[in-house]
Amino acid sequence: MMGYRIKVENISKRYKLGARSASYQTIRERIMDSLTRPSRGLHQQRDTGEDFIWALRDVNFDVAHGEAVGIIGRNGAGKSTLLKILARITRPTQGSVRLRGRVGSLLEVGTGFHPELTGRENIYLNGAILGMTRVEIKARFDAIVDFAEIEQFLDTPVKRYSSGMYMRLAFAVAAHLEPEILLVDEVLAVGDHAFQKKCLGKMGEVAEGGRTVLFVSHNMGAINQLCPRSIWLERGSVRDDGQSATVIGHYLASNYRGEASIKFKPKPDKVAQFLRVRLLDASGRETAEFPCGVSPQVEIGFEIKQAVTGAHVACIVYSSSGTHLFSTADDDMDPSRRGLRNPGEYTARVSLPVEQLNVGTYHIAVGIGVPGIEVFDRQEALSFSIIDTGDFGTMKEAGRRQGLLLVQARWTYE
Amino acid sequence: MKARAVTENSIQPTIPEVLIGPANHSMRSVFSDLWRYRELLLFLAWRDVKVRYKQTVLGAAWALLQPLLTMVIFSVIFGLLAGLPSEGIPYPIFTFAALLPWQLFSFALNMSSISLVADQNLISKVYFPRLVIPLSSVLAGILDFAISFVVLLAMMLILRWPFSWRLALVPVLVLLALATAMAVGLWLSALNVQYRDVRYTLPFITQFWMYATPIAYSSTLIPEKWMALYSLNPMVGVVEGFRWALLGKTEFAGVSLLISFLVVSVLLLGGLRYFQHVEDIFADVI
Repeated sequence: MMGYRIKVENISKRYKLGARSASYQTIRERIMDSLTRPSRGLHQQRDTGEDFIWALRDVNFDVAHGEAVGIIGRNGAGKSTLLKILARITRPTQGSVRLRGRVGSLLEVGTGFHPELTGRENIYLNGAILGMTRVEIKARFDAIVDFAEIEQFLDTPVKRYSSGMYMRLAFAVAAHLEPEILLVDEVLAVGDHAFQKKCLGKMGEVAEGGRTVLFVSHNMGAINQLCPRSIWLERGSVRDDGQSATVIGHYLASNYRGEASIKFKPKPDKVAQFLRVRLLDASGRETAEFPCGVSPQVEIGFEIKQAVTGAHVACIVYSSSGTHLFSTADDDMDPSRRGLRNPGEYTARVSLPVEQLNVGTYHIAVGIGVPGIEVFDRQEALSFSIIDTGDFGTMKEAGRRQGLLLVQARWTYE
Repeated sequence: MKARAVTENSIQPTIPEVLIGPANHSMRSVFSDLWRYRELLLFLAWRDVKVRYKQTVLGAAWALLQPLLTMVIFSVIFGLLAGLPSEGIPYPIFTFAALLPWQLFSFALNMSSISLVADQNLISKVYFPRLVIPLSSVLAGILDFAISFVVLLAMMLILRWPFSWRLALVPVLVLLALATAMAVGLWLSALNVQYRDVRYTLPFITQFWMYATPIAYSSTLIPEKWMALYSLNPMVGVVEGFRWALLGKTEFAGVSLLISFLVVSVLLLGGLRYFQHVEDIFADVI
């Protein structure tokens, strides 16, 4: 009876195919539909399996008081649907959820901000939308303004804010919600580095304060740091549930199957999206295995559908245990790429300078977006292996050295 | 630190358990939910008021100009040119007294009908009783009404029109106009979530409805045998009631008001039921 904050019992969620992306029908379309496919109208209730998609299927788990749990899984695995059900935005088709305590959700910061209203007015409005009473907002007002660092712009309409200021204010309001159960979906992807650190700190505080946190993210490092436990969703079901380090390890390993190229399904509603990623050796041959000391080439094909400015394409490299080794972006060495990008298909190539990486398996993720503002697309892409080729230069038994790096350091004697 | 103390205390007492299942709605939970979210209701209405005339040169003067300009047009076309009878009342106030409740109603109806779609980012991101959205946009029209009501009183003063105890009926009539807008707005806003056709039919609905309401003309023009059917339009009772309360002269439209009240009750209850029935899928189809 006691103990749990969230009890998820056998929930399933069914979506009508197309209902989510094709947003709405006009009455004419509905009528035409029933004319052209007359049998449909009679059997609408029957699930033939072709018109529906199960976003979640028989999901079960409990989350205890004060627990912080990471939710991981590929795009479309049902993570966001799960949070939406817990946040009461949509109902499960089957099963039930029991919640003890007020639920606060950061599914997207800045929900309900009105561009014409001032920062001060938006704090009150947004607070009320997120479920705070006026008294509570008043009590936290100064803390919110402090956190967002926007004091001198309090009485400026937020449409005049820079996007960074806007995001900071939005997150600040949400972060001061202090509910008993906090649902977070990727909001840490906003703001500059210093602000992100502040947000992570704030979330850690929330978890330590005895509140329950569910955290959906692609950032394995952040999940590992904040959540002792993780649940891995795959195609709507719980694939693994346990200690974060273990679950993340399983997840990363499963994602990557030693292939040297991957293609992605087109998603019509994105500003920009990845089409394919390939791993190549220096001669342009597809391979996922590289000897020590060789730089893998990553070829990234993407499409820009609406002209954007300030965007960049990034490539992130993880170790097999999920440690974030480094990220590199196409504008790092060429700031001119932050300018306008016109719609079209692009192919970028980057040579990963990992000559000093030790033998092992490494994972690559790719992302495209405007840093600190919006992520258009992100994909766990491929993995590559650095393989032991016996000796490495003059180095003996290179493959048996410990550590992440395999370095050739010059020794001198006096 | 102060902020923390607030929540720490609120955790301690018995924690209410929320059960989320495939569907659970009763009428009682609707009203208790609305009560719990009353602050949000007021905040959203306040937002609508605040934002309405932003970045306009004339600002809140528009609240006045809209009925005033309509009054001028009606006075010229229907009063002067067509010479419609106005029961011995100067035509401008005759029509202005009717335009006030009408504009309150049509504004509330239009805003509430498109409200859910206009706030779709809220619906797909945060939980609160969805009823708050159309209800708040209905409430947001009251301020505009209050402004033009003051102007009407001023006009009556200038024209030395006598005030009477009948003014006390005005709040009841305002409520009835809002309830009518809410009743129809509930249906249309929910339909609009799924079928955006609603947005395009709204201007016609409003226009037709206006001609079916005695604003430019007096309901005495309607033949007796059609009166029962005519009174099914709840705004007939409201508008006739307004003229009676403000200007006297006309007869008290008791029967029309009673019919209005009944029709609105039925529409409102039906609208609430329908709204409840479909609100679960708003987030999925909007």
